[in-house]
Amino acid sequence: MSANRLSAKLKDWHITVIDRDDNHRYQPGFLFMPFGIYSPEQLTKSRRETLSKKVNLVFGEIDRINGDENKVMLTNGQVFDYDYLIIATGVAPRPDQTPGLAEGIESNDAVHEFYSYDGSLALAKKLKNFQGGRVVLNIVEMPIKCPVAPLEFSFLADDYFKTQGIRNKVAMTYSTPLGAAFTQPIAAKAFGATLEEKQIAVEPDFMIMEVNNETNEIVSYDERRIPFDLLISVPVNMGQDFLSRSGLGNELNLVPVDKFTQVSDKYSNVFALGDANNIPASKAGSVAHFEVDVFVENFIQHIAGQEMTHRFDGHANCFIETGGGKAMLIDFNYNVQPLPGKYPYSIIGPMRLLKQTRMNHLGKMAFRWMYWHILMPGRPMPVSAQMSLSGKETELLDHQQLAKVAS
Amino acid sequence: MPTTIIEGHELSVDDEGFLTEYDQWDPQIAEALAQAIDVPLTDEHWKVINFLREDFKAHGATPTLRRVSTEGGVDTKTLFALFPKKPAKKMSYIAGLPKPAGCV
Repeated sequence: MSANRLSAKLKDWHITVIDRDDNHRYQPGFLFMPFGIYSPEQLTKSRRETLSKKVNLVFGEIDRINGDENKVMLTNGQVFDYDYLIIATGVAPRPDQTPGLAEGIESNDAVHEFYSYDGSLALAKKLKNFQGGRVVLNIVEMPIKCPVAPLEFSFLADDYFKTQGIRNKVAMTYSTPLGAAFTQPIAAKAFGATLEEKQIAVEPDFMIMEVNNETNEIVSYDERRIPFDLLISVPVNMGQDFLSRSGLGNELNLVPVDKFTQVSDKYSNVFALGDANNIPASKAGSVAHFEVDVFVENFIQHIAGQEMTHRFDGHANCFIETGGGKAMLIDFNYNVQPLPGKYPYSIIGPMRLLKQTRMNHLGKMAFRWMYWHILMPGRPMPVSAQMSLSGKETELLDHQQLAKVAS
Repeated sequence: MPTTIIEGHELSVDDEGFLTEYDQWDPQIAEALAQAIDVPLTDEHWKVINFLREDFKAHGATPTLRRVSTEGGVDTKTLFALFPKKPAKKMSYIAGLPKPAGCV
């Protein structure tokens, strides 16, 4: 997306994208594949086809970045020099970080995950023949990409078991290291109520220490044990190892950047966009998209030697599938937590925030088309990069929070 | 902003009683805060608290359990033993820092 946008603006520049392979996955679809809502074919396109012809695409594995000499080194020995570097290597699930989890996913049929393409496919197979039992969803550690996805998975699973006629044979538990169903208080209340309504038990403050594949239990650091017949894990999400090898990553391999401009703390000609950076915003696709809107404007100023005057506000806009053909919508940023009210979408009209509606569900499902045909080619989306308070019930905020909003 | 009086000092705190001014903290206050939540401080606790204070000063954010484990050299299991049940909250409370964010 950044490459496409920049190639349209910077006619005389050489833009090279380095990627592992030619499979561009529509990651939001990993949530739906286990329930047969999307097929694998609907989630994959050629990277070459999503990129402008003016962009040079190289396939290879990055060994390291030398920020002092402006070089990117590949494992096959190729070296690329750069004037400016944009890191957009995301985060990936790392089951190897939790004792017993990687082994479980590999060889215990009761342990699954849906944050990878292969994991999501394997879970689809498992759910097809699932007869009932204790289904436990566990989030290992925050932050994770798409922090609402585990909630959505639980809501969709409840719906799926109902349609299969086995909901009464399934006991569902949602275990999270957070103190509540979500990170932000007003939304956490709304999601907590939805979990309760669907009879999904919540186990808060659960910091998993290990998966016991002998007894099929997860064990927390404070020695709570949750037995399962099917564990759906959301493993630790980490950035790419080569970033820490290159001295650019923190303890989660995320690149420390300025939260308003996404320029690296270490090198002024290096930017990190999307999940790859450490900004205190959701690791949601919408955040990355809004960030790119701001980044492109800033980058043009930056290369002209001017001060970057655009500030990214941490805006996130997420649909949350709640099952039964309905969804909720949340819209928030660095300073304003998700609030109820109305969200003024242009063209299609207002949508309800933090309420389950059919319209929100249609919005969520329409997004796949928009992703491939509007976002990726770099066309303007009908949503502003900056969050707006219009339609939101701000009277729910206290004075302290309102002061923050104004700052 | 609410305030509280600890060891004869008037300190700024948030709704949950976490100190909001980095410079208002000192080791004596830490002892009082620790006592209030029933965590007797040993040298091991101090190793964690000192790391939190230094890391916050350098990076402007309270380190997470993972960061204390990888950068501060005290693993998560030990942190749960030192600050039972809710180590992230308890250690930052005693160190006079905001709760670690990282969860948005």
